[in-house]
Amino acid sequence: MKKLLIPALLAALLVGCSTTPLPEDSNGAPVESRSGSSSTGVAPVTAGGLDSSGLPRELTDPKSKLSQRSIYFDLDSYEVKGDYKDLVAAHAKYLVANKGFKVLLQGNTDERGSREYNLALGQKRAEAVKRSLTLLGVSEGQIESVSLGEEKPKNPGHDEAAWSENRRADILYKAADGRGEF
Amino acid sequence: MSLFFRLIFLPFFLLTAGFAHAQLSIEITGAGANRIPVTIVDFPGDPAASRVITSTVRADLERSGLFKLVDHSGLALDENAPINHADWKGRGADALAAGSIARSADGRMEARFRLYDTQKGVSLGGAAYVTNATQLRAAGHRIADFIYEKLTGEKGVFSTRIAYVVKARGQFLLQIADSDGQNAATALTSTEPIISPVWSPDGGRLAYVSFEKKKPVIYVHSLASGQRHIVANFKGSNSAPGWSPDGRKLAVVLSKDGFSQLYSVNADGSGLQRITSSSGIDTEPRYSADGGTIYFTSDRGGSPQVYQIGANGGDARRVTYEGSYNVSPRPSPDGKSLAFISRREGRFQLAVMDLASRQVQVVSDSNKDESPSFAPNSRMILIATEVGGRGVLSAVSSDGRIKQRLSVAAGDVREPAWGPYFQ
Repeated sequence: MKKLLIPALLAALLVGCSTTPLPEDSNGAPVESRSGSSSTGVAPVTAGGLDSSGLPRELTDPKSKLSQRSIYFDLDSYEVKGDYKDLVAAHAKYLVANKGFKVLLQGNTDERGSREYNLALGQKRAEAVKRSLTLLGVSEGQIESVSLGEEKPKNPGHDEAAWSENRRADILYKAADGRGEF
Repeated sequence: MSLFFRLIFLPFFLLTAGFAHAQLSIEITGAGANRIPVTIVDFPGDPAASRVITSTVRADLERSGLFKLVDHSGLALDENAPINHADWKGRGADALAAGSIARSADGRMEARFRLYDTQKGVSLGGAAYVTNATQLRAAGHRIADFIYEKLTGEKGVFSTRIAYVVKARGQFLLQIADSDGQNAATALTSTEPIISPVWSPDGGRLAYVSFEKKKPVIYVHSLASGQRHIVANFKGSNSAPGWSPDGRKLAVVLSKDGFSQLYSVNADGSGLQRITSSSGIDTEPRYSADGGTIYFTSDRGGSPQVYQIGANGGDARRVTYEGSYNVSPRPSPDGKSLAFISRREGRFQLAVMDLASRQVQVVSDSNKDESPSFAPNSRMILIATEVGGRGVLSAVSSDGRIKQRLSVAAGDVREPAWGPYFQ
């Protein structure tokens, strides 16, 4: 009976008031609780995070080429530049040799314009890196390309120097045992 | 009173410290040219309750930009008191509302009121609202909605709620507040970004994009229970949800087949159907008010422009032509206009197209506008913009005359979504 009452109480709280007398609703609802939810009909939720650790040293050692994970793009460009040929080739070689490993390619954009349109533009950058890797023999099943759009700027500034750092795709690794960066 | 005036409504519920309660404050920066002069007298009865209700009504009407409050000289009149229409007319009030507050046997409050047309010397009707003592402001919003509708002929939106995202101290808070920024509550807290919240037509749920899984994933979240479920988590990016008017489906953007394309999916995540098949970007889908078509952004013509397509696909028709960047289309609930963001000389501004004449008007004077959202009566549009390097929300009337700014003290506010009518 109590279980049934709770949604009814919440519904009554959400409705707040009515033109004609309401059916019996919650007496003595708190004005304001620490979570701030009860007087508004909004229950608070906290989203969980993910761990990242446990990758082989050759992927994380700063002396290793494979520790370089970022590919930068020109303004309004979605092509992987020649400068990154060796970097992409090194990652392709590693993924071909280590089929248990997977990568998440995250495309990013600068902050100007629509968030959702930027999300789609970041996707184009991630797809460009994916195409380079698959052309070098990496299996599609090892790659997921996604976009963070303008939401996760590496440089929070608002000038060209910051924007050029944020026009970027990053490579994140995950080992066969599920440990890794995503 | 001058056309431009300033009013800051201090947070009423700012009892506890902490940014989880990050409260919106509202500043009015522009008002309508011909405001209706109206008097709201004090309501006899419990003085504290009367103050909450009448101040809510007055603030609502003033904030709308369509009314000018005429001083009530501290007078209290109940809904049955005789009204000296000539006297109030002489003081400049075209309309007057009087009422009373009574406590019912079960401890709840009953607010009664009546609205008068002092020009004609007649009653325009009245109502009684019963509420518990903590919801008095809600009763005030209902009274303001009644007055607004009687005097303007349009439905009021004071009883509606808004959703928005606050970024503060490295956290992202999806918050819900009353349309006046009061009574804010946090529905979701995350260390990763939350974007693109949209209200279900019944006002009980929000769809949004969360990055908590290191990629964009679409959720539907029931506000009262806090329960949420994933609607789209396909390989690649999942973003830009838009509810169908019947609340059964969402138009979404998925990159599972390559670039970003439009799909529709049932609200429980089943029944995925592809809508567009282009070689470029298709995103930001929004159903038209009748549900028959979808407006969206596409770069298929070389630059991002607004297009329209049947709700199940078919041939797309280009809608915007001026300029090289027109994005984030939002059809108005009355089906008469389309709001979108247009880049003009490097400024991103809110533009409104009259769908009958295809005339476009830029209605904002800011330059980093994003994410427009219509009020359910189609009169106001809420946008995210930037003032002094901080993210704020701005409400602009669809003719650009009335402007309000909503900000929080310590953080960026963004991604606004105006909820449906009170149900």
